[in-house]
Amino acid sequence: MDNLREKLAALQAIAGNPAAQLEKFLSEGRKVVGCMPYFCPEELVYASGMVPFGLTGEEMQASEAKRYWPAFICSVMQTVLELGLRGRYDGLTAVMIPALCDALKGMDGNWRRGVKKIPAIPVVQAQNRKTEAGLEFTASQYRKIRSRLAELAGREVTDAAVAGAVSVYNDRRAAMRGFMAASAARPGLLKPSQRSAVFKSAFFMDVNEHAAALRELTALMEEQPAAEYRGPKLVTSGIMADNSGLLGILDDCGVAVVDDEVTNESLRYRTDIPVTEDPFKGMALLLGEIEGCSVLYDPGKNRGRMLIDLAKKSGADGVLLVQTKFCDPEEYDYVPLRRMLEEAGIRNLMVEIDLQTTENEQTRTAVEAFCESLR
Amino acid sequence: MTQSTAPERKPAKVLLREIADKATQDAWDAKNRGEKIGWSASNFPQEITTTLGIPVVYPENQGAAISAKGGGRRMCEYAEGMGYSPDLCSYSRINFSYAELKECPELNIPQPDFLLCCNNICNCMIKWYENLALQMDIPLFLIDIPRLDAYECDSDRIRYIRAQFDDCIAGLEALTGKKWSEEKFREVMANSQRSSKAWLKAVDYAKYTPSPFSGFDIFNNMAVACVARGVPEGAEAFELLAQEYEENVKNGTSTFKATEEYRVLFEGIACWANLSYTFKTLKNFGVNVTASVYGPAFSFLYDNVDELMAAYSYVPNCNVFEREVEMRVREAVKNGVDGAIFHMNRSCKRWSGNLYEMERVLREELGIPTVVFDGDQSDPRAFSEAQYLTRIQGLVEIMAENKRRKEASHG
Repeated sequence: MDNLREKLAALQAIAGNPAAQLEKFLSEGRKVVGCMPYFCPEELVYASGMVPFGLTGEEMQASEAKRYWPAFICSVMQTVLELGLRGRYDGLTAVMIPALCDALKGMDGNWRRGVKKIPAIPVVQAQNRKTEAGLEFTASQYRKIRSRLAELAGREVTDAAVAGAVSVYNDRRAAMRGFMAASAARPGLLKPSQRSAVFKSAFFMDVNEHAAALRELTALMEEQPAAEYRGPKLVTSGIMADNSGLLGILDDCGVAVVDDEVTNESLRYRTDIPVTEDPFKGMALLLGEIEGCSVLYDPGKNRGRMLIDLAKKSGADGVLLVQTKFCDPEEYDYVPLRRMLEEAGIRNLMVEIDLQTTENEQTRTAVEAFCESLR
Repeated sequence: MTQSTAPERKPAKVLLREIADKATQDAWDAKNRGEKIGWSASNFPQEITTTLGIPVVYPENQGAAISAKGGGRRMCEYAEGMGYSPDLCSYSRINFSYAELKECPELNIPQPDFLLCCNNICNCMIKWYENLALQMDIPLFLIDIPRLDAYECDSDRIRYIRAQFDDCIAGLEALTGKKWSEEKFREVMANSQRSSKAWLKAVDYAKYTPSPFSGFDIFNNMAVACVARGVPEGAEAFELLAQEYEENVKNGTSTFKATEEYRVLFEGIACWANLSYTFKTLKNFGVNVTASVYGPAFSFLYDNVDELMAAYSYVPNCNVFEREVEMRVREAVKNGVDGAIFHMNRSCKRWSGNLYEMERVLREELGIPTVVFDGDQSDPRAFSEAQYLTRIQGLVEIMAENKRRKEASHG
């Protein structure tokens, strides 16, 4: 058990201090490319010999970024830009900026105007992501990004290198699925804050090191018995669910997160990149296969059905919808999701989270009351 | 012997209104005949529906009209009761309410049998239409226009957009039983080009001092640019509009019924619920809007099908920032503005997300004073008359001082 705690503590330390990780990579003389949310083609960065590094925002007050963003843009974009403007990301070779939501669409211009020393690489992906034309378009953009990364890395990035990177990242996906299964089978073994850190640390670690850490962690978890858990078991859903205030509340309430439909957590790992002759096509196929995410076109709201399935299969008592404040895609999804969950008889609660908020007592009251009601 | 008199010519603004009304009536008639009709995003390629002869109506236009007639707040609040956040686009909130209520005293539109979505202006359109499709249980067609990552639309994008055109046409043919005609398509493209050129010609008259029209006219005329670009009546009405403006220039008259003391660029969507106040405040100070992005925004110029695909990528908010800037600078320089007003639109995260930087760049590049005011396209709760007035007063004071200095320097 001590070993398990140590492993978790190590990942928690990394998740809680991305700046130290960035400093470590840079001091090793490695080139690092920042990856903004969501679904950056990290494999291409790896294939170019550089390190992909997640820019996921930070719990802080944005001030400099307010010269660019109005107050009603989400705190993820606010704080990522803030850190860029304050020089926290100095040393990055570039940042990749997807365009999957309207705030991200504005980030490209704001970043290039505000943080001139770190070049931006736009990542544009098809929303008609399952059609042949959509797949081809996304693949074409990935090829373009490959060329840009090769320039920055100062070396050729071959198709074989990309295929190799896909294999490495699929290996980590498999390791993560192993962790997810071990965690789901042992509700309560990990606190929500510990489980979250396992996912979050992925953004700031070398992929191979992270995969190895996951396998060690999973093996230690599997040594523990799968005992019955009497506390509230929840499935979480949202763009991200790593707010320390919220996690502290969930810990305090004795919640076990038995599964999730969180973009920055399990949705990145549920499916492997299909192995195809053209690795770019495989990477595009992955984007077409991801379900349950509010920033990817979902005309039938498969997200709702998937969430219901996850809740039922995991034996959850309810679903916690973690709404990132000012996140349009999530705010739109909330109404149909709530209806679908209610029709399926699944108890649910929505809490609103903001990286710039320090006061979480309303959330605490709501979560406590929700957990009480699940008994 | 009787003296024959030529029938009185209808003013362009009447024709334009009639065309917009007729488009909605055509949709009602088609619905009553049992035909399938659609709701369409304003920047969905109208060439598809016009060629197929499928009637569509535009929720964004309805939202603007409902709001202009005073129903915006009520409809927004109803949607919030359904669970929608007040942070979301007010057009979409009004539309969710209407989709459920199916009745609105300010303006009714027929209920749709399918939805046509296009995200070139924002990705919020996708989420809005996803929810509508679920709420109403009807098919949804999306034409995804990827945000540009360079100044020009590249061949990868054109290929992708064109494939989506083909998929959408096939889907609509299957759904409605209507057939695509290449000949009709060429005709629609020709009409659209004629309309777009006439629209651009009309708004281009703002370069004259004084401008022959009030800049707020553009907000009203845009509806036709949106709904009837592809039919000859639309083209004819815009040609008449251009002709009227030309006559105004010759006669020294204008639809702006005040002395044009100052000329400004207006950036953003109109505050429909506060249209009268925002307009009259400017008019009282002799401020006319002579530049906006709406000129280029609703003209889709192309000479072939590939260029048509690219044209839908060049709408405001789909371009790289530098091209967005250039569109505004070109209008501002051509039309000689003394200042600029920026609407920080609470509804529109895409447009507002780059607004502060856009303001700084235009202020520096054009050497003009600028102000930002808070508002919303359809939810009056985000607009404050006092703030707006104060900002406009400040702008006018600086423009007045600049004007005094300029006149002094010219002796």
